[in-house]
Amino acid sequence: MTAAPPEPAAVVAQPMRDAFADTVSAALETDPRLAVVLADISADRFTEAARRHPQRVVNLGIREQLMIGVAGGLALTGMRPVAHTFAPFLVERPFEQVKLDLGHQGAGAVLVSSGASYDGAHYGRTHMAPGDVHLLDSLPGWTVHVPGHAAEVAPLLEEALRRDGNVYVRLSERGNAAARPIGPGLQTVRAGSGRSSGVVVAVGPMLDRVLAATEGLDVTVAYAATVRPFDREGLNRLVARAGQADVLLVEPYLEGTSAHEVAAALEDRRHRQRSLGVRRDTEVRGYGTPADHDRAHGLDTAGIAERAREFFPA
Amino acid sequence: MTTAPPLTRYADLPALIGLMTGDEKHQLAAESTREVLWVLYDRVLDVSPETADDPDRDRFLLSKGHGPMPYYAVLAAKGFLDLATLRRWADFDSPLGHHPDRVLVPGAEISSGSLGHGLGLGVGTALGLRAQGRTRPRVFVLMGDGELDEGSNHEAIAAAGRLGLDNLTAVVVDNASATHGWPGGIETRFSGEGWQTRSAPGRDQAALYDALTAPHSGRPLAVVARIRPKG
Repeated sequence: MTAAPPEPAAVVAQPMRDAFADTVSAALETDPRLAVVLADISADRFTEAARRHPQRVVNLGIREQLMIGVAGGLALTGMRPVAHTFAPFLVERPFEQVKLDLGHQGAGAVLVSSGASYDGAHYGRTHMAPGDVHLLDSLPGWTVHVPGHAAEVAPLLEEALRRDGNVYVRLSERGNAAARPIGPGLQTVRAGSGRSSGVVVAVGPMLDRVLAATEGLDVTVAYAATVRPFDREGLNRLVARAGQADVLLVEPYLEGTSAHEVAAALEDRRHRQRSLGVRRDTEVRGYGTPADHDRAHGLDTAGIAERAREFFPA
Repeated sequence: MTTAPPLTRYADLPALIGLMTGDEKHQLAAESTREVLWVLYDRVLDVSPETADDPDRDRFLLSKGHGPMPYYAVLAAKGFLDLATLRRWADFDSPLGHHPDRVLVPGAEISSGSLGHGLGLGVGTALGLRAQGRTRPRVFVLMGDGELDEGSNHEAIAAAGRLGLDNLTAVVVDNASATHGWPGGIETRFSGEGWQTRSAPGRDQAALYDALTAPHSGRPLAVVARIRPKG
């Protein structure tokens, strides 16, 4: 109860948007199936690619409904479209196009957003999309990647470009100090003992803060850069090895987005779970910096530490 | 089943529609597209059941998915669908519903029903064919004048004009059903964005054929097919 508060983890700047542009520009050279559809955002990062492949790098202007429709049409001709803009304009504004022009047509695209929940804090609510993953989760068949480091972007994207289905890659300019190996399942970053208090799932950019916030607690910390499909079996195994079947889920977007996945993963046992993320109960009308918003949502190290200690009683 | 002669002619369309609806009278909304659909599948489009998966086939995208009975009837007349399938129209496990689903309907290029999606998909299809160097296939999108109310169409109209998609044709069946109308004419919404435009009486097959095959080098083509207003 009187322990010193944990040392806060620094949130490290991550040039994920550059990594995305570099990866896709390189892939355009070798994969004739690939096409990039833009709505002005990041067009400056694709100038050279557009010069080299004018038929396959198309900037439609500020037309996001059309961007998704065009992605669907490209896919119907056998191409592999990549569409990109800030998260609210990629997922929320053209959501019916995402639902109908991709999924319902049986067409697949790679949607790559930037800005995450509130990277552009000073722009305000219009440029925030904490509900993007939750919205996509209402549609079947989506793969969702949430990298926590710029070096994780290339391997996740390259795999997505080779496939045919619908993939969402949620980029942020903020993340962890070190990249983690990329794989489909949960990765144990810090193992608790057989008598541990439970398991903490840290998604993408939340990892370093979770590690700092749970320092000194006997818990297993597992990392996920891919949240759909969710690694239910992996979580079940980690919980089976823990002392308590208690799971703290820490996500960088809307609180509880993966709570139903945790519940399904643990339906064979009595368990407790708590979800941390961007709060649902109020619209935080603030500008400032992303760090200000981390504090407002309790997603800074102190906020996570406080709630982790409530949830995992000593 | 009986061994009736195949129903493959224009004059057979009412009978084919009757297999679905149980009689030969059907809704005006459905009626408005019949001649355009027939001219396209009978004389314009280079696509058949045998070439339905050929990457060089022409594409027809029914954006206005309401009242698809004439569409299903034309697909049946052209051999994409059999008569037994028409009879199961709108059953739970039928491939044919009140809005078409491309995953279920042989020959349907897109699923539609929610208005304002077909032209964007058509622009993407046209861009995809162009990117693959496929210069032969053409893309036709059938819309309604009421459907033009949806703002998504205007994103697509502007972009297709600027991108010079000459493999794309939009056909707007105009039965004056748009609540607030289109003062100055539907054609101007396209021509102002760089499209070639033509219009034709929507029941006149020869005039429709001429309009649908009008040359439009370097720019997309919009054909407005005028139908007597509803009611």
